[in-house]
Amino acid sequence: MIKKVSRHIVQNEPLLFELSSPGKVGYQLPELDVPEVSAEKVLGAEHVRDDIEDFPEVSEFEVLRHFSRLSTWNYAIDLGLYPLGSCTMKYNPRVNELVARTEGLAWAHPYQPEELSQGCMEVIAALEQALAEITGMDAVTLQPAAGAHGEFTGILMIRALLETRGNPRKKILVPDSAHGTNPATATAIGYSVENIKSNDRGMVDLAVLERAVTEDVAGLMITNPNTVGVFEENIRKICGILHDKGALVYMDGANMNALVGVARPGDFGIDVMHLNLHKTFSTPHGGGGPGSGAVAVAKVLTPFLPSPRLKRVNDRWSWNYDLPQSIGRVRAFYGNYGVLVRALAYIMAHGGNGLRQATLDALLNANYLRKLLEPHYEIAYKAPSMHECVFSDDRQAKKGIRTGDIAKRLIDYGFHPYTVSFPLIVRGALMIEPTETEPKRELDLFADAMISIAKEIEENPELVRNAPHSTRTPRVDEVTAARKPIVRWKPESKASLSPAAD
Amino acid sequence: MSYPESYKYTKEHEWVHIEGDRATIGITDHAQHELGDIVFVDLPKPGSAVTKGQTFGSVESVKAVSDIYAPVSGEVTEANELLAKTPEQLNSDPHGAAWLIKVKLSPSNSETDSLMSAADYQNYVGAE
Repeated sequence: MIKKVSRHIVQNEPLLFELSSPGKVGYQLPELDVPEVSAEKVLGAEHVRDDIEDFPEVSEFEVLRHFSRLSTWNYAIDLGLYPLGSCTMKYNPRVNELVARTEGLAWAHPYQPEELSQGCMEVIAALEQALAEITGMDAVTLQPAAGAHGEFTGILMIRALLETRGNPRKKILVPDSAHGTNPATATAIGYSVENIKSNDRGMVDLAVLERAVTEDVAGLMITNPNTVGVFEENIRKICGILHDKGALVYMDGANMNALVGVARPGDFGIDVMHLNLHKTFSTPHGGGGPGSGAVAVAKVLTPFLPSPRLKRVNDRWSWNYDLPQSIGRVRAFYGNYGVLVRALAYIMAHGGNGLRQATLDALLNANYLRKLLEPHYEIAYKAPSMHECVFSDDRQAKKGIRTGDIAKRLIDYGFHPYTVSFPLIVRGALMIEPTETEPKRELDLFADAMISIAKEIEENPELVRNAPHSTRTPRVDEVTAARKPIVRWKPESKASLSPAAD
Repeated sequence: MSYPESYKYTKEHEWVHIEGDRATIGITDHAQHELGDIVFVDLPKPGSAVTKGQTFGSVESVKAVSDIYAPVSGEVTEANELLAKTPEQLNSDPHGAAWLIKVKLSPSNSETDSLMSAADYQNYVGAE
């Protein structure tokens, strides 16, 4: 009988557990040449671990092949456009990697004495200064590990300041277009959250805001440009409304890629903000991190910055722990240091003019895509787009095709999907952010794919509804996966997963 | 799906059915349709208080997590246990078996004036 054979390599890769054969090892040890010692006797039986059940037994080459094959399944910015809106998936210049591997930086130990760490401390100081200048703020902490951690740090400082004024207050206002992390942050710090509805241009409604700002409000968390990719043109007035009532304004810096070198949050009234170095400043992103959520503050909040702070005495850097009003440490050591080095390398390689040019190119790319796609997809708001453009699936929904279906079909065309169904204020959102590092050719290919999908929806919606067709796995059942999640693979299911089962 | 005449509706797409000093609260068919396949429902425990206009729970679909706002104030007497195991009921019977909570209305509940009738709500979602 002829065995059914499928194409090698692209077939579904088994788990290491499924590759396992009893007794197989990837090493060879010499014979024992010292007297054998019983672990139970020396350590006590209760300290000796039993064998791990069903631990995979495979050879070195099998492990290597397994992971090499899996690695070829990745989609990465190094392979093509990664238009994931709000995520700023830009190219990470390789020179940053080279700089981060500088021996004295890469091998520095956080416990090494200050006199041996002067260079590392100088890097922190230089980056803090550069980010303060870029944001128009007075001081920067590099401790927070990523964006949401930066939000947490920022709101803690707001609370600390208001406490010194006698009342931490009760509420944080969050526009309905905000990232979900904003209300989560406010709640984690003990504030209640009040949503502020956007107007029909996708911006904060001043009249609604004015009514909401009472003596109970500690602050507003705003994203600018906001998540529909629109600049809050009333941002000065918005900050004024909050400040008049003794409240503060936090800016989520997720979309800072639209502002660097062009507009400074400190100049338009922001009191505290975070920067996603892993977005705007081109450090690795999307591979599980590490990220960095640097926080910049206006003068009024500087006494509350996390400790320790760098200080310069007699041409030497040292750490100052004598900060009575500080909210304390928010992270061990000094932040994700390797990421900080990459961000500084990026900033210094570009210089002020280069950073500004990158911003303008990001805006140009997003607006170029908007122009190409506008005849085929419904733009969510007419206001000018900044670094990303947001469409709704209104036209396609008439054929029963939603944003998630279009995203799956995009995979067949070889692109990573855009951000699906966010922000929530846009029905069936398609959120597209190309970033400045995409060449025109790549943008054209993406637009061609999107336009082709729009035509397929007109002519053959089933093709899109059932996409993707070119992947190893057909469309997965996300609903059942969410309702009845199986979070652990168990050996009992071995038989049902073996390749022969088809 | 039609909207029962005996219910009142909110702009945030909740319904409330008031009988004496008791009320049953749920989300509308329009809401479940917009959310898509619902995978998880988070509800308050009996004995807790809900306040008109404030969130009392959330509904999670494959697309998003949405807050649910209380159409009236009162004390929760029952949360629908059916939804813990079978949240998909909210997609199939939002105005019936998949109600969310039952409350005992606060004594001073003259707050129902701002709620919409079935016809007004239908106009509202038609225009949205």
